[in-house]
This record gives sequence, structure tokens and C-alpha cells, in this order.
Amino acid sequence: MKVVATRPESLTEEKFHYCPGCTHGIIHRLIAECLDEMNLREQTIGICPVGCSVLAYDYFNFDTLEAAHGRAPAIATGVKRMLPDRCVFTYQGDGDLASIGMGEIVHASLRGENITVIFVNNTIYGMTGGQMAPTTLIGQVTTTSPYGRKVEQAGYPAKMAELLSQNEGSAYICRMAVNNPANVNRTKKAIKKAIQTQLEGKGFSMVEILSTCPTNWGLSSIEALKWLEHNMIPYYPLGEFKVKD
Amino acid sequence: MNHRLSGNEAVAYAMKQINPDVMGAFPITPSTEIPEYFAGYVADGEVNTEYVTVESEHSSMSVCIAAQAAGARAVSATSSCGLALMYELLYVAASCRLPITLACVNRALSGPININADHSDSMGARDSGWIQIYAENNQEAYDNFLMAMPIGETPSVRLPVMTCMDGFITSHAVENIELLETDVVRKFIGEYHPEHYLLKKENPLAVGPYDVSPYYMEHKMLQAEAMKAAKARILEVAAEFEKISGRSYGLFEEYRMEDAELALVLIGSTAGTAKAAVDKLRDDGVKAGLIKVRVFRPFPGEELARALAGTKAIAVMDKSEGFSAAGGPLFAETRSALYDLNQRPYMVNIVYGLGGRDVKVEDIEKVFDRLADIAVTGETGPVYSHMGQRSKEETA
Repeated sequence: MKVVATRPESLTEEKFHYCPGCTHGIIHRLIAECLDEMNLREQTIGICPVGCSVLAYDYFNFDTLEAAHGRAPAIATGVKRMLPDRCVFTYQGDGDLASIGMGEIVHASLRGENITVIFVNNTIYGMTGGQMAPTTLIGQVTTTSPYGRKVEQAGYPAKMAELLSQNEGSAYICRMAVNNPANVNRTKKAIKKAIQTQLEGKGFSMVEILSTCPTNWGLSSIEALKWLEHNMIPYYPLGEFKVKD
Repeated sequence: MNHRLSGNEAVAYAMKQINPDVMGAFPITPSTEIPEYFAGYVADGEVNTEYVTVESEHSSMSVCIAAQAAGARAVSATSSCGLALMYELLYVAASCRLPITLACVNRALSGPININADHSDSMGARDSGWIQIYAENNQEAYDNFLMAMPIGETPSVRLPVMTCMDGFITSHAVENIELLETDVVRKFIGEYHPEHYLLKKENPLAVGPYDVSPYYMEHKMLQAEAMKAAKARILEVAAEFEKISGRSYGLFEEYRMEDAELALVLIGSTAGTAKAAVDKLRDDGVKAGLIKVRVFRPFPGEELARALAGTKAIAVMDKSEGFSAAGGPLFAETRSALYDLNQRPYMVNIVYGLGGRDVKVEDIEKVFDRLADIAVTGETGPVYSHMGQRSKEETA
């Protein structure tokens, strides 16, 4: 029998702990495939966040450093400045990057730090049990917005890709989704492009990836993918927002 | 009213009965449920609190400070790294004499990251100028939160109050508890009428301005005096609370201490386990006793010295590491408090339960066994040790 697909070398044998239908597993694998294909596994340092993906270090088969909640871009900055020839990326959720870590992500981008950020946006604080996040959509029900997010109480959802694309230091900013095979393939290409941007020393790169949280959304895996398509993409349009030559 | 509630729900329910003006809300395990339950009360119109979902704990405490300065009652809840992130503002709240009430659900600080109970978070904030009251169980978590405002808001005190309970052990375990009627709570808490607040036209005010050297120390001294005054107020409020609840509270609880020769001093939920051990030993004729410290700030040093004066050997058990190289914070302060006794008992420090490591009745019995040896031989052995520490071979 001919082997056509194997576990990427950049992933360990550890089984993912993520809930059924959660797309963190897909995104972990995409990163691992990109690093394998770019032959970067032994040059890569990953920065792990606080949130559902706090245990990412168990799954990535390369060195990682754990950051305090929201501080991954600052941690990545320190590593990259010390080891500029390595591939340094952060893996962050929206409860981490767009909330408590808003200061770090904006300033890393303003400084044009030559790092890559993988930003997984599922519009909710997953690990703490489904509270309203800065990315929660208007009207979306969470445990802290039981009748839906209201603008007058909680303001508007943060569009991070659009926001960061305004900064001169940003070299590559895009938003992708992993709700169907075509989008998964596009996301993989975007991750490669972001890493390539870093390898070429162009500056800050971020791939925002629209993701699901079936558990806290209260939906099945398939319904969650549809919810992403029908609710998230209209507010969070996909595409490249900044591509520096 | 008899109910079954988790510690978190009990505190959220106390908040609902109080109906504060503002809540700064940010999720962090294991305190998340408090703002979560409260969001439900807000959404259902059961309270008219301004519920602010901020982006970090630094901002939730900032919101509370500002609201309290505007003359409102502000509350928040947090744990672990969340409290650590508030650290800068904890000092501001206390020095501005703003009686904010904060529910701290105790959890180990990073790193390594850990979500389970120990007291490293609130012990790290012990010198921030906040009153600290610790609960053994859900009932006490509820009662302490209700007593916080009458303590903190009184003019002789005017200090923020942190009520603490052990993460998961108390915050998530469901127990039978007695709730007071809401009208009784409201009458007990009363209306908040601060003397000074923003935009009081008779008295223009700058809150938290720069303080120069010729005045800074006087202001710090006033804070220190307020903390001293808090002790009497805490007891006064406890006496008033007993009238409406039938439940009696002091600065600490003395359990079977009347003729105790061997005693433990500890804080929080482990008191329940220790009481079981004391009962067992008492059945065997051992004169064992327990002091559960309820109020850590202000520290009841003189009162503790009196309560422990008749003992022969004491183990102070710290559920946090102080990295002082000389023992945990409860030990340092308790031992210091006993210095003026004419006849000092032997004292040892046992650091235990870090990062949620369990402590059982048998573990406590072993501590008493050790105290019995010390009382007879006068040999304390290592004064500062860690309970249940595995050897390097075992952890390899």
C-alpha cells in the first residue's frame, strides 16, 4: 500500500484535547504542514497563549515558550530580537489577542516586529466557558450576554485584521477561515505567505483565521461551520488586507 | 432560606442582593462564574447595576476605582493572574480610600501555569492596603461578602475589602447554605453616602493626585491608622451580622482551643479537614486545637498571641510560598505576634497544598504527631518544611 499522507513531523504523537468539531486541530495541522514543507521545523520557536490552545506546546514538535495572557507578541519580540534567524510565531485566540493583549499586538505591529501571528477568532472566550469577547458579534448569545451582545452595553466587535492593516509596520495581514476544504487550502497558503514574509525580513505578519466553538456556541460541528459562514464572514470578510512588496 | 449553592453562586447571589451600582467584569478561572451569574441578573433586570465587560483585570479595577470615586458602589471578582494584573490599581484603590469590594477566588499564580487553589494570589497582595477576609466554606464566602461593605465604607475605615475563598474547593463545590432575605440584606448594608465624591459642588475634588514628599508619608500613615481601626469595625459588623443571621464571626475561629497544647494555625477550606483531625485526636485524648485565621488584614497579632499563649507546640500552615527562605507569610506574622509572650511555644512552618495539592485528614494528623514529639523533646527539627514533597527520584 502506498502512503499518501502522514502525520507532519512538526506535530507530536499527542492526541488533541480539543472539543469535537473545534477547528484548532485543523489549524495546528496546517501550521505543522507549512513548517515541514518549508523545512523550518528545527528553526522554529512557537509562542503559546492562555486560552483553549494553552496546551499547544504538547502538540507542536519544536521548542515553545508560554506567554502570560495576551503577552505573546511581546514574548515573540524578545525571542526574535535575540534569535533573528529563527522562525518565530505566536498562536493566539481572540480572548487573548483582541482583549487583554490588544496593547501588545498593536505595538508589535507598529514596531514592524518581524514575527508571524496566527490569530484564531471564534468570537468567544472558549476555555473559561463561553463569555462575551471583544470579537463577539452583535446579538450573539454568550454566558455574559444571555440575550445577545448589545452595542449600548458592550460596543462593537473588534476587526483585528482591518485594524492592524493600517499600521506601517504590518507587512502581511489577511483573514481566512477553515469552514470548508477550499478555505482550509487558502488558509494554508496564507500561513506559508506569512512565514515567507518573516523569512524575507519584511516585518509583522498576521493570519486571522475564523474558527468555531461548537461547545460554547451550543451547536453541532456542522451547524457551527454553517454559523461561521452565515454570521461571521459577513462581518469579518475574508481576504488579504495588507501585502507589502 | 436554605439553599444549595456553589461558593461562586453564593457570592454572586450576595452581589445581587446588594445591587451594587457598577461591576467590572473579566473572566478568569475559577472566579468566572461570579460575573457570569451576575450577567444573568443584569439581563433579567433583577439588579440595575452598570455591568462593564472590560478587556482586562487592570481595566476592571480601574472601572471600579472610577465608579467608587464618583460616589457609587463598585464590585468585581477575580483570581490568580487577574489579581496580579490588578496589582498597580489595588494600591491606588486603597490609598484613595475607596471601599471597593472584590471577591478573590484563590488560585495559584503562574508559573508554572496552574488553575487550582492556593493563596499565592491574595498573599501577594497582602500589603496593598486592602482588608482581607478568608472563608472556610460557601456559607462564609456569602457572609463575608455581605459584611464587606459595612466594614469598608465606615468613615473610620474607608478601605477596600477583598473577600477570599479557595478556588474550586469552595468556589465550585455545592453545599447547603442559609441565605438571608434580600430586604434584610439591604437594611444591613444600608445606603452608601460617601462624604466626598466627584462633582459634589460644595467640595471640588481631585482623586489620586501627585503627592509630594512633605505630604506622602502623612497620607500613608492615615492609611495605616485606618487599617488599625478596621479591626474594631470588623468585630462590630460581625456582632450586627450575628443579630440578623445567628452566625457568629471573629477575627479568627478557635476550634477546641480551650485547653489545647498542640495547635494548628491556618487559613481557608483546609480548616474543615483540620477540624476532623482535631476531633479524632481529641477522641484519643490528645489536646489538639485549631485556629482558623479569618481576617488576615488587619492582622490580629495580639489576639492570636493571647489565644495561643497556653499551647506547647504550634504548626503554622501556609498555603502559599513566600520565597523568603524563612517560611510562608502566615508563619512570619504569627511567629512575630508571639514574640512578646513570656513563655513562647515551639513553632514550625509547614507549606502545603500549593497549586491545588490535596490535603487529607491523615496529613493533618501527621502534623499533630510531629507537634506531640516537639512538645515532649523540645526538638523542632526543620522549622520550615513542605508537606508531601516528593523526592527527586519520585518526580523523575
